[in-house]
This record gives sequence, structure tokens and C-alpha cells, in this order.
Amino acid sequence: MITHSQPEFVVERDQDLCLRCKVCVNQCAYDTHSYDPEEDVIVNKDENCVNCQRCVTFCPSKAIEIKQNPSKFKENFHWTQEAVSGIKLQSETGGIILTGMGCNKPEFTYWDRLLLNASQVTNPSIDPLREPMELITYLGSKPNKLKFENSDISLETKFSPQIRLETPILFSAISYGAVSFNVHQSLARAANEVGTLFNTGEGGLDRRLYKHGKNAIVQVASGRFGVKPDYLNAGAAIEIKIGQGAKPGIGGHLPGEKVEQDISKTRMIPVGTDALSPAPQHDIYSIEDLRQLIFALKEATDYTKPVSVKIAAVHNSAAISSGMVRAGADIIALDGVRGSTGAAPRIIRDNVGIPIELAIASVDQRLRDEGIRNKASIIVGGGIRSSADVTKAIALGADAVYIATAALVSIGCTICQKCYTGKCPWGIATTDPYLVKRINPDIATRRLVNLLRGWNNEIKEIMGGMGINAIESVRGNRLSLRGVGLSERELKVLGIKLAGE
Amino acid sequence: MTYRDLMWKTLPIERLDKETPSLIDPEISEYIQIKKDAIEINAQNIYYRDLNDLIKHVAKWPANKIILNNITGQRYIGTSLRRKIEIEINGTPGNDLAAFMDGPKITVYGDVQDGCGNTMSQGEIIVHGSAGDVTGYGMRGGNIFIRDNIGYRAGIHMKEYKNLKPNIVVGGTAVDFLGEYMAGGVLAVLGLNLGENKTHDAKYVGTGMHGGVIYIHGKVTHTGKEVETRNLDEQDNKLLRELVNQYCKYFGTHKNVEEILGQDFVKLIPVSTRPYGRLYAY
Repeated sequence: MITHSQPEFVVERDQDLCLRCKVCVNQCAYDTHSYDPEEDVIVNKDENCVNCQRCVTFCPSKAIEIKQNPSKFKENFHWTQEAVSGIKLQSETGGIILTGMGCNKPEFTYWDRLLLNASQVTNPSIDPLREPMELITYLGSKPNKLKFENSDISLETKFSPQIRLETPILFSAISYGAVSFNVHQSLARAANEVGTLFNTGEGGLDRRLYKHGKNAIVQVASGRFGVKPDYLNAGAAIEIKIGQGAKPGIGGHLPGEKVEQDISKTRMIPVGTDALSPAPQHDIYSIEDLRQLIFALKEATDYTKPVSVKIAAVHNSAAISSGMVRAGADIIALDGVRGSTGAAPRIIRDNVGIPIELAIASVDQRLRDEGIRNKASIIVGGGIRSSADVTKAIALGADAVYIATAALVSIGCTICQKCYTGKCPWGIATTDPYLVKRINPDIATRRLVNLLRGWNNEIKEIMGGMGINAIESVRGNRLSLRGVGLSERELKVLGIKLAGE
Repeated sequence: MTYRDLMWKTLPIERLDKETPSLIDPEISEYIQIKKDAIEINAQNIYYRDLNDLIKHVAKWPANKIILNNITGQRYIGTSLRRKIEIEINGTPGNDLAAFMDGPKITVYGDVQDGCGNTMSQGEIIVHGSAGDVTGYGMRGGNIFIRDNIGYRAGIHMKEYKNLKPNIVVGGTAVDFLGEYMAGGVLAVLGLNLGENKTHDAKYVGTGMHGGVIYIHGKVTHTGKEVETRNLDEQDNKLLRELVNQYCKYFGTHKNVEEILGQDFVKLIPVSTRPYGRLYAY
């Protein structure tokens, strides 16, 4: 069948600048560039290009430019290029269209319509460079009230297990297998250095990373890969993964090609078999069942670790969250429609779930209304791009945020959305031994640490401007937010006023 | 006489290790009886969490066997025990018996409820009765022997890795979604109690199966499309014989090993280790 699809990108090479050094040929994992020795020229296969910018970055003479293919189907607001090319691809393959990373549609971002407050005249702002600012965050269930032993200052109340973080930013679940060992290791080391946590995802924790266990959230998902008592006890917390923002209600599978020796060992499945994660956890069909698994995990770890439950933000997240808290979750993790993935059907990623901003506000409000907000910490994720997004999320009611895309971008990712091919030219979403070497764990760790340091300092600046010196005082502080360009209904759900009010 | 003295008296001294508690807390002493070869716990009216605490506590002692009497639905028994120890349960344990278990051998005189052997790593569960739903979910090692019948989604997503290979043997019959998503290990259904028409009332058997094997006696009329039916080869016969041997040893059934193996068995195996390999457009 002759394909009717057009290449999405075209490669433009300035032949005068090109040194014929073949860096682009070697760097491209999709065979876009090849060297023709007869003509002594490098030629392109535009249809293979994913616009990951690897060749552009590494071309020593800056001879390459990747451009959107100027030849397009006739412009049509309804029948977009994506819609038309999707239909063409499916009529040629009969398959489900896969994609990677988070939803890329313009409509669903509320962060940009939320504005933060600052102190002027009536209350002093604080200079974070000079005065102490606190970002310390404790995750875990908090008691209803504190009780002290008679006339003594010692506390009688027994606390549930708590995790102390130096920043309200955690690395979100990225499984070993979806990404390479070097990436997992970098996340672990950076979390350790900064004083926060990374999340193993559902692919288990490589033996070599058990030493970073105190900085790990170990995930238990429907496939139960690598889940054994050692693993459960290795982490600082355990997370039951019910859903993921990029694919709510959908299972996952790591294709057999990616299950090589080390992955096989960590996931505890034979080399080359598909690692299937069923859509539901088949021991959880109700809140009561969820409670059963939460307490099974607490039993398995002697009640020493907080248990988190992660769901995708969907229409009735607020009611579900209430059930999760009542089921005994110490932390609830919400992943919005922008949440990222290594592979998901595009139709699900772009059409299922709700924006995280609305979910935070409605879940926080619901738990407050029911008087159980203290029973669980809330971690939110799904498209957090900057420290401003972090601060706004916390002001809306989150305790902390999960970042994954931002973390991967910091080590090389350019969000080309082709993670599902397993051929990531940046050496991130791949287990190909040739490509994984492209991530140097020392450098990647440094980049991640730098990113968090930068964001932490920015959050302190923002807080200082608001005249607040502890992140605790930003939590659920919706008076510090105003909305622009939002309907009354949206403002109501977000629980904020219009700018100017 | 202190309880410690009692223990020193009743248990061989060389088996006492450093972890032996200096005294049994008087609060728990009323539930515990130390016998010559076992520690007996009367679980009547004990909340599951207290019971499991108690079991964890006494499991540190040098005894090799714990007997739990009057068990009435307490959950997670055996969950966090990490050593080879025998547990005898008299009564009906609650859900998630032996979830994440790593080592003990549990014998139940009674039925077990849902989630028995959930994500279990190693050890053995022998049930003199029937088991509920999702038995052996995600199980990655060890053995489960069920004398009678098993509930829905038995052996779902059990998997094997190198020398860790889980086995579930069911004496009676199974119901829908038997071996769903199965990725490894062995499920043997002996069909000893099937009636005249010799048919299991089980639909969607092996749906999504991509590893492991199901041996079954009796007709299965409805399997997942990912499964094919074959006759047993020599290797299979050997494996099944071992499991049936064990089964008969544990339960002493009215049929002996040869009679059971003399019945017709078929095996269900996955068509592919990659059932969904061709689902996507690249």
C-alpha cells in the first residue's frame, strides 16, 4: 500500500556548512540521515524525522534545521492536520495510534489564568536572600488534634509515619523499563541530594538503587512487577497506582523488545515477554477493596510507611478521594489530563480526564468540607512546568507536586512524544544499550539538582513577595490567587476570586 | 515461673536465639499457650491487627510452628513473616491470607476467603476446603493447594522468573476468568468433583494469558482467544504428577494419584507471549 501520509518535518541541511562528519547520522536513532559516499553528501529521509533536535544540538557546524513540513493538507479548522494524518495512518495499519508524553492540546491549561498575590504597603514582603524561608514539607496523615502529656511538653499523640522533604517537589513515577537505568539512577541521586523523593513507577527498583530506598516511593500497580517484601520495605513510602493522567482507566504494557536482561531481573519476568499491566487492579473493585490493599501493604511493612494512592483526575475525583482517605490512604496523588506517559493511545491521552487545577481545588474543598483534609496529604501532577505552577498548585490546596516531564526535559528530553518507539535519541525513554549511554548519570543528576535548586529559590522569591516565610502558609491559601479570563462557574470550582475583586 | 522459664523448659535450648523476648507481656499471655512443639494462639475475638502483631511477636521465638485456633475472618495472616515457619489455622481466615508472604507454610482447616496468596513471593498454602476470588493474584512463587473449589479470577497474572515458579492446584472446579493475564507458573485443576457431564462452569478461561500453563481435567467450553488447547507431553505429565502427588499427600483423597492422573487432562497455553503485539499503529 502506498502511504498517503506526508512527512511531518523536513530536514534542511546547509551543504556549505556541512562537514560530512556524520555526527547526525550516528546520533539519529530513526535513520533520518545517511551518508552517500559516492556523492560525498549526507541525505535525509524526512519521513523518519521526529524533530527531537538531537542532530541540531550536536551538529558541530550548526548546518541542520528541522522545519515543519510546509506542504500540508489544505488548512481546515475542523479537519486539522492531526485528524487527517491520524485517519490516514489508521487506514494503512488498522492500529490504535500511540503517543508519548502529556496531552498537547491548548484548551486545558488553567495555570496561565491564575495570578499570585504580593504584599504592598499594608503588610511587609520578605527578602528571601536575607531571611529564613522554609519549604520543608511533611507528607503523611496528620492527627485531628494534638494531645500533650500532663504539664509536660512531650507529645502524647502518636503520629502516623511522616516523610520530611526539603522541598514540596517530588519526581513523579517513571518506571525502569520505560526509561533507562541511568535515568532512574539520576532521579534517585538527585532526590537524595535535594532531600526529596523519586518514584519507581511500576517497574520495580533495580537492586543497585536499593541504597537510595529512603528517597524512593515504591509503586504497586496492577501488574505487580518486582513487588516483593524487600521492595515494599525498601522505600520511604508505598504508592498504589490506580490510574495515570495520560491514560485514565487504561492499563499499560511494556513491549517485549524493551524487556532486556536488567529490566527482566527488576520486573521479575522473563526476557522478551510483554509486561502487561491490566487496566484495573483485580483485587480492587471498590473502596473497601482499596482499604484491604492499603492495609495489606501496611501489614507487610509493619505500619512504618505511609501509603499513597494515585488516581487520574477524572470527573468524580472529589468523591473518590474522599473514599480513598476513608480507606486509609496517607497520601493521595492526583494526576491531571496533562500527565505524561511513555506510551498511551493518543485518543485517550487527549480526551480523557480533567485539568489538574480544577481537580486540586475540588478535592481539597471536598476533604475540607468533610473534615478529613488532615487525614491525607495531596500530591498533584500533570503538566507542572515551572515554580509558578508549583506555587499555584499549593495555593489551590496541594501539599506537594510531582514533576516528571520537567525532570526529563532538564536531562535532555525535547517532548517529541515518540517515547513509545523505545528509540529515544536522547537516551531517556529507551533500553537500547547503544542509546542509554547518552545519559551520563553524573551530569544528569547535576542538571536535576540545578533545576530543583532554581525552582526552590523562585518559590522562595514568590513567597517572600507575598510576605510569607513558610510554604505551609501557602497551602490552600486561595486568597493569594486571582483568576483572569475565567467564567463565574470556573472561579467557583477553583474557589478563587476574579482579578480586581 | 516466668514465661521465659517456661519456654526454656519446653523448647530445645540450642534453638533459642538472641531475639527471644525476655518475658511474655502479661497482656498477651492469656491468648498464648506454649506447647512442646508449637505455640498456640486462641484468636477468638482478637482484632486482626492485634492478632497479626501477636503472630509477628511469637514468630520471633524459636518455635517452628504456630497454631491459630478460632480464627474468624481475621485478615492478612502470614503477610509480613519472612522466615520458614509453619502456621496451622483452624477456622476461616479473612481476605488476603498470606498476601506478599515470603516463606511460611500455612495449613488451613477450613475455607479461605478472597485474595489468598495475593502477590505472594514464597511459601505454601494448603487449604482443606475451598478458596474465594482472586486467589494467587500476581503470585510469583510458592505453592497453593486447594482441596475443593476456587473462586473467580484464580491465578490472575501469576508470573514466573527463573527459579521462582508458582503453582496452584485445585482439587475441584474453577469458575470464570481462571488464569486471566497469566504470565507464568502452573495452574492445575483436577476436576475431582465434576458431575456427569464433566464440564467446568467457567468462561473466559485464560483471557489475556501470555505465559505459564493450565492443566485441567474436565471440559472447558469457553476460553480466551489468546489460548490454545494441547495434549500433555512427557514434561507436562512429570510436572503434573509431582503436583498431584503433593495434593494426595496433603489431602488423602478418595482417588489415588494414579486414578487422578488416569483422567483425561488437557493443557491450555498461550498462543503468544505477546498477545497485544499487533494492536498499535507505528
